[in-house]
Amino acid sequence: MSVNESLAAVSDHLFSGAVVGYSIGLFALCGDYAFGKGERRAAAKAQARERTRELASVGAGGDAVPPAAVVDHRDKASEDAPAKPSVWGPRLGLIGIVFTVLGLGLQIAALTTRGIATGRLPWGNMFEFASAICICAVATYLVMAIPRPSRRFLGVFVLPAVIFILVLIGMRFYARAAPVVAALRSYWLAIHVSAATIASGILLVSAICSWLYLVKAKHEAHERETGDYVPSRIAGNLPSAATLDRLAARTMTFAFPIWTFAIITGAIWAEAAWGRYWGWDPKETWAFISWVVYAVYLHARATAGWKGKRAAYINLLGAATMAFNFIVVNTVIAGLHSYSGL
Amino acid sequence: MTDKTDEVAVSATTEGRARDPLWDDDKPVRRPVGASLKEMARYWWRQLTSMRTALILLFLLAIASVPGSLLPQRNLSPSKVREFFADRPGLAPWLSRLGLFDVFASPWYAAIYLLLFISLIGCLIPRINVYLRAVRAMPPKAPRRLSRFSDYAHGRTDDSAGEVLDRAEKLLRSKRWRVVRRDDGTGETLSAEKGYLQEAGNLVFHLSLLALLIALAIGKLNGYEASRIAIEGEEFCNTQMSYDTFGGGALVDGTDLAPVCITLNSFDTVYDTDLTPAQFISKVDYATTLDGPTKSAVIETNDPLRVDGVRAYVTGHGYAPVFTITMPDGTTRTEQAPFLPTDQRNFGSEGALKLDTGDNENSLALQGFLAPTSQDSGDGVIISTDPRLLNPAVALFIYQGYTGLDTGKPQSVYTLDKESIDSGLLKKVAAVNLKVGESTTLPDGTKITFDEVREWAAFQISHDPGQVWVLVSSVVLLGALMMTLMMRRRRLWVRVSDDKSGRLVEVGGLAHSGQQAFTDEFSQLELRILGRARPEDEESQ
Repeated sequence: MSVNESLAAVSDHLFSGAVVGYSIGLFALCGDYAFGKGERRAAAKAQARERTRELASVGAGGDAVPPAAVVDHRDKASEDAPAKPSVWGPRLGLIGIVFTVLGLGLQIAALTTRGIATGRLPWGNMFEFASAICICAVATYLVMAIPRPSRRFLGVFVLPAVIFILVLIGMRFYARAAPVVAALRSYWLAIHVSAATIASGILLVSAICSWLYLVKAKHEAHERETGDYVPSRIAGNLPSAATLDRLAARTMTFAFPIWTFAIITGAIWAEAAWGRYWGWDPKETWAFISWVVYAVYLHARATAGWKGKRAAYINLLGAATMAFNFIVVNTVIAGLHSYSGL
Repeated sequence: MTDKTDEVAVSATTEGRARDPLWDDDKPVRRPVGASLKEMARYWWRQLTSMRTALILLFLLAIASVPGSLLPQRNLSPSKVREFFADRPGLAPWLSRLGLFDVFASPWYAAIYLLLFISLIGCLIPRINVYLRAVRAMPPKAPRRLSRFSDYAHGRTDDSAGEVLDRAEKLLRSKRWRVVRRDDGTGETLSAEKGYLQEAGNLVFHLSLLALLIALAIGKLNGYEASRIAIEGEEFCNTQMSYDTFGGGALVDGTDLAPVCITLNSFDTVYDTDLTPAQFISKVDYATTLDGPTKSAVIETNDPLRVDGVRAYVTGHGYAPVFTITMPDGTTRTEQAPFLPTDQRNFGSEGALKLDTGDNENSLALQGFLAPTSQDSGDGVIISTDPRLLNPAVALFIYQGYTGLDTGKPQSVYTLDKESIDSGLLKKVAAVNLKVGESTTLPDGTKITFDEVREWAAFQISHDPGQVWVLVSSVVLLGALMMTLMMRRRRLWVRVSDDKSGRLVEVGGLAHSGQQAFTDEFSQLELRILGRARPEDEESQ
């Protein structure tokens, strides 16, 4: 089967187009994030005022002159200038989403044309595999953000990661469109690698949510300590830590069974192709390590003392093992300097 | 959810009742001081079976697997282990003593997963008992102060308590909640619970994990893996003697292997236009009894031969030159030997052939390089430029003398004994390039003809009696996992009581997990229970 070179070139151009689309989308979403901060700051200040008032009323008890009076004085000044709802914020947010969708479409087109050019499913090497993971990550983000505009902020953090991966693979791991080796010519490629791709994409988004949770939790702890509004460029504009924790957990409930399925189908394929269903090949071992770390995450969320920040760290550790699996196991360990390859 | 809400919830549900292990989290237990042996044992057992220990052991399992993927492992690549020893002679023996070249079979790795499974079993059995009771039990009594729940709503009503609760019961039962009505001192109450399958999924998941490990262990103990090379036309049977390598579990003694005999009829590689191998096709005949019928099969890359629990794979291939040797006294012998490829792209291969002529001191040995598509690169040195058999040629070094075949000392099949060559026992008598059909005559009259090139296939024969159960366990595991992650245990209470201003209806709820989804569900239910929304309004929500 010869490769359709012109179609492969089209695929590469579409790939670059996707990166541009994502970049413009990211820029717009950052604009949304920035323009909306006036509103959010006012809301946060109001919340802080509420908290102080509550504490004061609780603490005041039967005091003749409640300290709340002092608080009221300060509030009067800031209450004079309420924040106007931002006009450009939501507009830029919409533009951001549109360009992200456009970028996603271009990426899907890039991968599809590559598949047509080579006459096979377009996830047979690192370059294609990473592209597919990015597609799944962006798709996960869009599924979360389109129904609820308040979640658009996630794009400010997901898109840079995606763009970074795409640029990295485009520059370092690029592989010309070519057929795959005989061992990969099987229908299992559609089942096993697809599952691994989808799971990886969702897990990437979950890790970003956990990281944002840690940032926000630290900020909230700071606010609780001082009892007042604490200004902050990024953390202050994020939704509550509880929301972020919940988003991380919900994406995980989707991704973990898919990852389990990917490992199981990988074992079934290995039995047919390599002669045994599990041989502690480095790729298999690291997939197992990732699975165990995410199992630790799920257990931690049900254990007193391990919920919240510790669980978030475990999620990040899991993402690190996935990154290691992808980058190091595919390149270094298979290469000359590693001894554990076959 | 933060811990604080859980504590409120827990204390609200457990007022005056025993702790419910399906509902409450694992709380750390204080180490008893100056306690009896039995109490200490109980303490340590509870530590072992706690969630925290499971977390730590899982972590350890992950960390312990890391060196198994970074260092060469004996079961995967013994040659790379030897390379490591050669490169780091100081470090390697210490790593070997720690079992780091055989991590997954080492005792300390086994200790981790065995501890993990003891912990798991110790946690599972009581939980199964609790669950079997809970599954049949009625939802618990309504707590006194429903207002302490974060999901709480209240309202006034003019209907009688019976009517309100009948409506609520009908609504909840239609949504498949388990409902029970009680009358306590403060008023009439309704308790409802849903999502029992979540714990069932949890238990089945962990049980199938255990089943998977047991099936894996049984398979490993009773299974074997063997390999050998077979040249086109050769037949071999499933006996330990006929294999180049054989590795079996502890319970395998090599005597009762399933009887199968396989003959390799032909091996072919289908190439793409850029010479990437697209397909490997091995046509074999096989029989399961001595004079039984012979069946044909094709073994391909992702498609082994499966017969009687034995799986036959083709894991490699190469070329084997065939020679006819005519001795000085006129006797002819045809010999073939597999040559191993040194270049996976163009399949230039190296190998050797040793011939016992009956005279120990005057045996014949050939060592050579085979190029399936040969090209003279100058000075008579041939190279291979194409993996296909287009223009085969072989470059031979022919030795005569003492091959050492009669000493019984094992020798490599693919090279000649260097010691014999160096010590002069085996002398080089000719060096010649032969194309197919050409021959060379040695000084003493022996004639060597290069007849043809056949292909050989490397077979791997495997047997694992546990593997189908590993598959079944993993499928069940996956289903149970999805069940436990998607279902949510939750409880709902309704209380109708009379106070000074009239009849008060209170609704409170608690979710074990999936708090946000439950809050959404709760806001729907409480509107209907409190009679604020009519069923027709539901559509617009």
